[in-house]
Amino acid sequence: MTGEALQLIDLKKSFGPAKIIQGVNLQIEKGERHAIIGPNGAGKSTLFNLISGRFLPTSGEIWLNGDKISGKKPFEINRMGLSRSFQVSNIFTNMTVRENVRCGVLYSMGYGYSFWRNIGNLREVSEKTAAILEDVGLIDKAHLPATLLPYADQRTLEIAITIAGGAEVILLDEPTAGMSHSETDRAVALIEKASHGKTLLIVEHDMGVVFNLADRISVLVYGEIIATGTPEEIRGDPKVREAYLGEEVEEGVPA
Amino acid sequence: MTDMTTTYVNLAPSRAEKFRQRVLPMILFALALAVIPLFGPSRTTLTLMNHMGINIVFALSFNMLLGRAGMLSFGHAVYLGLGGYFCVHVMNWIAAGSGIWGAVPVFSMPAFGFAAGALAGAVIGWPSCRRAGTPFAMISLGVAELVAAAGFMFDSLFGGEMGISADRMGGHEFLGLTLGPLEDVYWYIAFWTFVGVVGMYAFTRTPLGKLSEATRDNPERVEFVGYNPQRVRYLVFIFAGAFAGLAGGMSAVQDEIFTPENLSLVPSGAILIAAYVGGIRYFTGPIMGAIVMTYMGSNLSDYTAGWLLYLGLMFVGVVMFVPDGIAGVVYGTWDIISGGKFREVAGSWAIRLLGLALMAVSTITLVEVAFRWSDGYGEVFEPFGLALHHGSLLTWIVVVVPFALGALLLRQAARAENEVTT
Repeated sequence: MTGEALQLIDLKKSFGPAKIIQGVNLQIEKGERHAIIGPNGAGKSTLFNLISGRFLPTSGEIWLNGDKISGKKPFEINRMGLSRSFQVSNIFTNMTVRENVRCGVLYSMGYGYSFWRNIGNLREVSEKTAAILEDVGLIDKAHLPATLLPYADQRTLEIAITIAGGAEVILLDEPTAGMSHSETDRAVALIEKASHGKTLLIVEHDMGVVFNLADRISVLVYGEIIATGTPEEIRGDPKVREAYLGEEVEEGVPA
Repeated sequence: MTDMTTTYVNLAPSRAEKFRQRVLPMILFALALAVIPLFGPSRTTLTLMNHMGINIVFALSFNMLLGRAGMLSFGHAVYLGLGGYFCVHVMNWIAAGSGIWGAVPVFSMPAFGFAAGALAGAVIGWPSCRRAGTPFAMISLGVAELVAAAGFMFDSLFGGEMGISADRMGGHEFLGLTLGPLEDVYWYIAFWTFVGVVGMYAFTRTPLGKLSEATRDNPERVEFVGYNPQRVRYLVFIFAGAFAGLAGGMSAVQDEIFTPENLSLVPSGAILIAAYVGGIRYFTGPIMGAIVMTYMGSNLSDYTAGWLLYLGLMFVGVVMFVPDGIAGVVYGTWDIISGGKFREVAGSWAIRLLGLALMAVSTITLVEVAFRWSDGYGEVFEPFGLALHHGSLLTWIVVVVPFALGALLLRQAARAENEVTT
């Protein structure tokens, strides 16, 4: 097969008469960090929902590592090695931070729906969970109920659950939304570390984050990708400037 | 990453903690079960405690659904009933002694109930667990009606209105128990209550048990960590049915009869109330609820014709004001006392208790006067020699004044506690 981790072929999605995604074609190489930017309502989140199986495409195909995943259920797609985070923190609120991450670890370690094992005796599960908590910096809060975490920590936990299963392709939906500058810097460092050697697809509004992190960028406007390229190409693309970036580029992007 | 093992050791509870939090309560529970007969309980008390044991297992199995998996079932008695019915049939086969059945001890009935409950859960859960939330609750209601109606229709299986009875002494002696005297039945119930409680606690510690909590909290996210929430719910449903069937097997030996009433909405509703009053957020909540509700159900009726009304009022009160139930109150109180904050709240607690007592006086007066008036025997409610007619002004003063006072005190207590916490 090719070296493409993710491939979208003429992907379309309509809700009734509203055409949200209108024929998206996109190839993402293995190991690439790819950002999707675009104005509000461009369909970025819908695109994520299509790829991760939350919505079924109206037409078109999605391929993951040479396997077709469009039409499959979210848990099937997850088991094939694609994991996503959510724009609004989507965690297990009544469970502790450690239990949250452990839920993300269990399936990938082969403990599926097991009801004959004591979870406390699964040493490798506990170790992987601890390692992830250590990596994301939540280890000191491991025993707090997730609902008591401050906002930025909940966003971090969201990422921790997403990477816990060791998926090769990671989709992050606005991971730094609502964070302060220092929190954003920490989150970017975490994303860089977590996506090392993996394929990353990220939707982000913070242009600083996007231009720092991404190998390539796609610009989505009204459900269509109007440009794809390296950060430099995107920055220089007149179509992008006109349709989306406007004057923000000069201010928002560190040189 | 190099100190992974140390991190791991730090995160998991220590051996001592594990023992104190998990093993010790089980040992104490077993001890309590073993010590009770030493007090020489009467036959009535033994029967009551046997029913408590059955209801403890039943309420816990119900809470596997509601508290742990977020599935509200209105028909959980179906699984206890079908498990119990199967056991009653097995007991009759044992008594007949044909084939291998003659060798099966009656003591093992809950194992048969467990299997039958699991089978019933697997069959009925297959369609009904495809939905969650309100549709699941509605389906469970429909299934309960359906099965209870079927119970009245198929006489050979369910014995019609008379039900099917069996003889618990029909089999061989097992572990020195003939199961004839109530003391023997007590040991039988105690053993299986312990097995059920430990089994259901162990279930909460398995990957599936944890995933059931995750599915309750956030079914959508479960899908994105590789699990099918429908599958999780279905498997939990089978286990809940199985443990309800285990309780059915206990009941078959204790009461030696099952009727279609056992499958109906009435026991399903009763166990919902018991689990909720006990506190569905805690593992021990349904145990407390089952003990309290079984006790009230069997004793309150000796005192008043309106006992069901009181149970109903209590349920509404718990849902509205103490959603964490008895267990929530017990653990909350314990936290405050062990945290050394008792002095700060003692005052407001006293006010609260007084307020509750006043409201209870008012409510009891209203209910008792109303019952005596409505049944038309001309009886008069006479607490402490005070005749309270439904028409007399005094009666209505006793109803209205304590209620208003009590409500006022409760508000004051709430305000005082707000000040303490802020």
